[in-house]
Amino acid sequence: MAIIYIDHKAYEVTPGKNVLETCLTLGFNLPYFCWHPAMGSVGACRQCAVKLFKDEEDTKGRIVMSCMEMVKEGMFLSVEDPAAKAFRAQVIEWLMTNHPHDCAVCDEGGACHLQDMTVMTGHTYRRFQYQKRSYKNQYLGPFIHHEMNRCIQCYRCVRFYKDYAGGKDLDVFAAHNHVYFGRAEDGILENEFSGNLAEVCPTGVFTDKTLKAHYTRKWDMTMAPSICQHCSLGCNIIAGERYGELRQITSRFNAEVNGYFICDRGRFGYEFVNSKNRIQQPLIRTKVPDTNDKQNLYQHLKKILSTHKVMGIASPRASLEANFALRQLVGSTNFYHGISETEARLMRSILQTLGSGQVQSPSLKEIEAADAILILGEDLHNSAPMMALAVRQAIRKAPFEAAQQIGIPSWHDAALLGFTQDKKGTLFIAYPTKTKLDELAANTMHRAPDDIARIGYAIANMLNPLSPSPEDIGQDDLKLAKRIAGIIKQAERPLIICGTSLCHEALIKAATNIAVALGTKEKKAGLSFVVPECNSMGLAMMEAPSLMQAAEALKKGEADTLIVLENDLYRGTQKKDIDDLFSYCKELIVLDHLHNETTGKASVLIPVATFAEAEGTMVNNEGRAQRFFQVFDPKNENFRESWRWLDEFKQFKNGVNPEDLAAPGNLITTLVALMPQFKGAETAAPDAGFRINGQKIPREPHRYSGRTAMLANINVSEPKPSEDQNSALSFTMEGYRGMPPAPLTPFFWAPGWNSGQSVNKYQEEVGGALQGGNPGKKLFPEIPVAGKTFLNDIPPAFTPLPGEWLMLPLSHIFGSEELSIYTPGIAERAPRPYLAISKNDAKRLKVLDEEILQLQLQDQIYQLPVLIKEELPDGLAGIPHHIPELTAIAWPANGILTKPK
Amino acid sequence: MEMPLTQHISSNRPALHLKDYTSVGGYQSVHKALQSLTPQEVTKMVQDSDLKGRGGAGFNTGMKWSFVPMNTTGQTKYLIANADEMEPGTFKDRLLLEGNPHQLIEGMIVSAYAIQANISYIFLRWAYKKAARLIQTAIHEAYAAGYLGKNILGSGFNLEMHLHTGVGRYICGEETALLNALEGKRATPRTKPPFPQVSGLFGKPTIVNNVETLCNIPHIVNNGPDWFRGLSPGSDAGTKLYGISGRVNRPGLWELPMGTTMRELIETHAGGMKKDFRFRAALPGGASTDFLVEEHLDVKMDYQSVSAAGSRLGTGTMIILDDQTCPVGFIHNLEHFFAQESCGWCTPCREGLPWTEKILLSIENGEGRQEDLDLLAMHTRYMGPGNTFCALAPGAMEPLQSGLKYFRADFERHINEKNCPWR
Repeated sequence: MAIIYIDHKAYEVTPGKNVLETCLTLGFNLPYFCWHPAMGSVGACRQCAVKLFKDEEDTKGRIVMSCMEMVKEGMFLSVEDPAAKAFRAQVIEWLMTNHPHDCAVCDEGGACHLQDMTVMTGHTYRRFQYQKRSYKNQYLGPFIHHEMNRCIQCYRCVRFYKDYAGGKDLDVFAAHNHVYFGRAEDGILENEFSGNLAEVCPTGVFTDKTLKAHYTRKWDMTMAPSICQHCSLGCNIIAGERYGELRQITSRFNAEVNGYFICDRGRFGYEFVNSKNRIQQPLIRTKVPDTNDKQNLYQHLKKILSTHKVMGIASPRASLEANFALRQLVGSTNFYHGISETEARLMRSILQTLGSGQVQSPSLKEIEAADAILILGEDLHNSAPMMALAVRQAIRKAPFEAAQQIGIPSWHDAALLGFTQDKKGTLFIAYPTKTKLDELAANTMHRAPDDIARIGYAIANMLNPLSPSPEDIGQDDLKLAKRIAGIIKQAERPLIICGTSLCHEALIKAATNIAVALGTKEKKAGLSFVVPECNSMGLAMMEAPSLMQAAEALKKGEADTLIVLENDLYRGTQKKDIDDLFSYCKELIVLDHLHNETTGKASVLIPVATFAEAEGTMVNNEGRAQRFFQVFDPKNENFRESWRWLDEFKQFKNGVNPEDLAAPGNLITTLVALMPQFKGAETAAPDAGFRINGQKIPREPHRYSGRTAMLANINVSEPKPSEDQNSALSFTMEGYRGMPPAPLTPFFWAPGWNSGQSVNKYQEEVGGALQGGNPGKKLFPEIPVAGKTFLNDIPPAFTPLPGEWLMLPLSHIFGSEELSIYTPGIAERAPRPYLAISKNDAKRLKVLDEEILQLQLQDQIYQLPVLIKEELPDGLAGIPHHIPELTAIAWPANGILTKPK
Repeated sequence: MEMPLTQHISSNRPALHLKDYTSVGGYQSVHKALQSLTPQEVTKMVQDSDLKGRGGAGFNTGMKWSFVPMNTTGQTKYLIANADEMEPGTFKDRLLLEGNPHQLIEGMIVSAYAIQANISYIFLRWAYKKAARLIQTAIHEAYAAGYLGKNILGSGFNLEMHLHTGVGRYICGEETALLNALEGKRATPRTKPPFPQVSGLFGKPTIVNNVETLCNIPHIVNNGPDWFRGLSPGSDAGTKLYGISGRVNRPGLWELPMGTTMRELIETHAGGMKKDFRFRAALPGGASTDFLVEEHLDVKMDYQSVSAAGSRLGTGTMIILDDQTCPVGFIHNLEHFFAQESCGWCTPCREGLPWTEKILLSIENGEGRQEDLDLLAMHTRYMGPGNTFCALAPGAMEPLQSGLKYFRADFERHINEKNCPWR
């Protein structure tokens, strides 16, 4: 630690950091714009000026930009120096000369960093008398609204979009006081992380267009800490509601997981919560006419549950609590996982590897620190977008070590860019088609999944001869494997990334062997698996038997009724199998929040709460248990948590008094008691009884307005606010106003800091962990490993079958996920169905791009437009995974392609 | 009087081709340096000669070179000639480029040898079309004669040379913005440190020197540091290209010993003020230097003396303000230039310069207010060195701050009379 002096007071600080972040960590309110904790310093805005003195005697000092000065032992600084303060106020006055002062109609108002900084510096009076410059705004697609006149030219947007996220279509144009931030022409922002512009922009140039459609000020929202539902990474989010409608998702800082950012699917995929397709009321289809009365429902269920033999089908997108409540209701022997056979096999394989203790399952933050990465069979931008962003950081940051040797600190973005140029870390990607990360890769291998696995096995064998070697591997592949093995062996923090996207088990085994071979006694190698859904890992850890086993049991008459929990079985498993499964049921009870093919088959349909209306715990891809909290109490009383319904149904089955249960805390405690593999999940967040000074944590900011009036059109008496029995959060403005524990932080706000930038105040050290530690609890225990166990299941090399194509499920960030597609903007950006084939195959089939080919696949016949992918190996055919236009396929699958007559 | 820089430049004939240039002693310094001196010895000579950068900053050139890491076999290093001469009123490099491009190439070869750079660029102002043509020809000739390329004169030293023409931005004359422009990026300056000597073009050690600076190198190497220091009677070494524009009888450019007085320049070399025009002030070294007035006429035009008088030698090319030109209009014109040439990177320059320009225009148009003078003064204070990212805005404030000092009465007359007295 170093001692520095700020305004004559000594402080103990971390040396090597910049003065700005140090001051912010110490609690000083020092204004800034161009600096961002994740992007470092460039010294452009000149807002964070402080005085630096030569020594204690020096009274004159000189103005320096605190973001560009490194903290050094014995430094004398002044934040309060009149000249520095006056200069900071002057910078604001300059920035405001052209700002439209349209806060009242600006979406950023009330959560605007520019407002906060303006007030902070004390600039109040406008001396600039001349015309303001003005710009034309651009159409930037369905997610981002553009209002260029508000721009203060801090350059953070382009630095995030281009330098940090690798975007190509946002730039800075023109010069002097006419610099323009936008696209070369109107059009959709292509980058998968474009939504972060709304948070990175210090004012209202880039704002959330979906929020604009049902706008609410930050201070008027009821907010809760939540977890993203749209992939397996479990990014932390803040969800905001007003008038019973989910209005906005923003990133919730978690240093270990998503840091400051989230992807566009996570940010904009929330609109399913407000969808017209929500199931509004219970339905008993067997009654004529259909009944939707709750009393009838209970009577009906009582009859079914007390007389029928019931089995439960769980869900990878439902919380641990919901799945566990189902398990408790039907009994552990009647509890099935509800995912496809292939997916189940893949998940078992992954769990075996991660649970074996032979590898380390890294967080996104650890991925960012990797110095050599090998990706086997994942297109991360489309299957786990934030992991792609983390990989990009790892590749970008690898040369920073060399920069440090010539004295450039890691936060000094301006100098780093000049020094590192196009140097990058080492990335190898093996995937059948091109991926967006290819541009960063030292080598890309566009191969069939089996061939990728074989290269993987070859690498593992070179790292450790005990790992089996594939036979007859080609010379070129051998050379490549040697090169990769050499580099990852040399690396200090090597990382292997694999996953379930291609539905191919050999990849997972090959990846496991590489990581096991790489690991040493002292240090396990990092192995990260992408899994299909937000709680796929949690469900897998419950170790339930499969759907087909459920079908067997039903067939044998072991049961006659199914309860399907939040799971459209037709999405993952072939139609005929699910039709068969349902045909064995006398009653099909389905709980879900959106209508789908499965709910269409239900004899009893029960509406449930979405993540925004429920509390629950999920386990992400790395094995981290994280809690999400109910955002609001829905107006529709039928929107009850799945676990609450299921818990209640116990009385019909077992005669349990429901009052004894019905709290997620109880569920998770029982879960952990019954299934020790979840030990720790109960500590993911403080329980419902948690209080600070006897108070709950309010979900509403203290400036929340309209509470007495907002429902006055219905009843002039202000209704009693809902009470939250399940958590330590309250649905009101009242409660503890200080720093809540990190997992219970419903929004970031601090005095003088209304925008999300107030997160600085919630961290132990700016950019570091949240106070009290980052939320979430890693479940895979550290097990010391005696020896190495290698898997041996090497597939033969891929050879196309005559007349058949090996089908590939190709993931898409927009389109391949079930819930986010309900956001119109995401649906707009989803791909239309296509059939990707190689150039040779197109030639052989005599088709051109966009021409229609007929695909015969597992009893289905599709007519699909051709998309020629030059890099795709012959004999492979890709189709977009899980898009609504295509039905479920049992993977792996071969298809027959013909030219339609 | 010796005029090493311009001895082979004549307005009566075109620039010398390589054959003619070598016949009058051209490229001798390349032979000498590459065949008989170590790189360190060349650097030492230049350092001892006390040659200061002629682009305006006036830093010891040999010292600048000495920060380049040596003993780095195989590492790419760059030498760049800054020929992006865009300082208003400055046309000295143009003479050297159009008059004798081989002299620059010779200087660059020796300089590149001194820092062991193997790739060199001439970053040329886009408008210097004639120079571009001549330089390109000269580079071809030098390659053909073996002065450029691999194993120059059998010394084992290799040097590539490329001509790069800019697209006409003043900021590209700032050495780090030049580097960004040369890399194909936006021409915004870079932060220092790290200095280009350590992390320059494409992240590699780089030296950027002004054309006039580089043209001095052959003569220093040929004749030695003592000779160079002896060229000037004053405190700064060598000769200097001095220029004068404005209402003088013979505007022009002269190579004179460093430290020649302003008076001698104006009265002797430029033939004095034109009939009916009186001298009021001069910007001694281009648009981004403070005004000097009549009382300074005997100031020696060297770095230290001009600095002591409250201005900067800058490029040594003077713009003269006469009594029939409105100083407010004059300064407004300059600020218009600077505001337009701001790269838009840092706030004070991007937002402050257009504001000063607008205030000056309103004063010039008779719409000024007394408090506008305070606003102008405020801008000169807050756009001082260190407050901005690079030297553009502080430079832009120099004529304004000294203008406010020396011509305050003229500003006030504009405001009080609500029009420009010169119109």
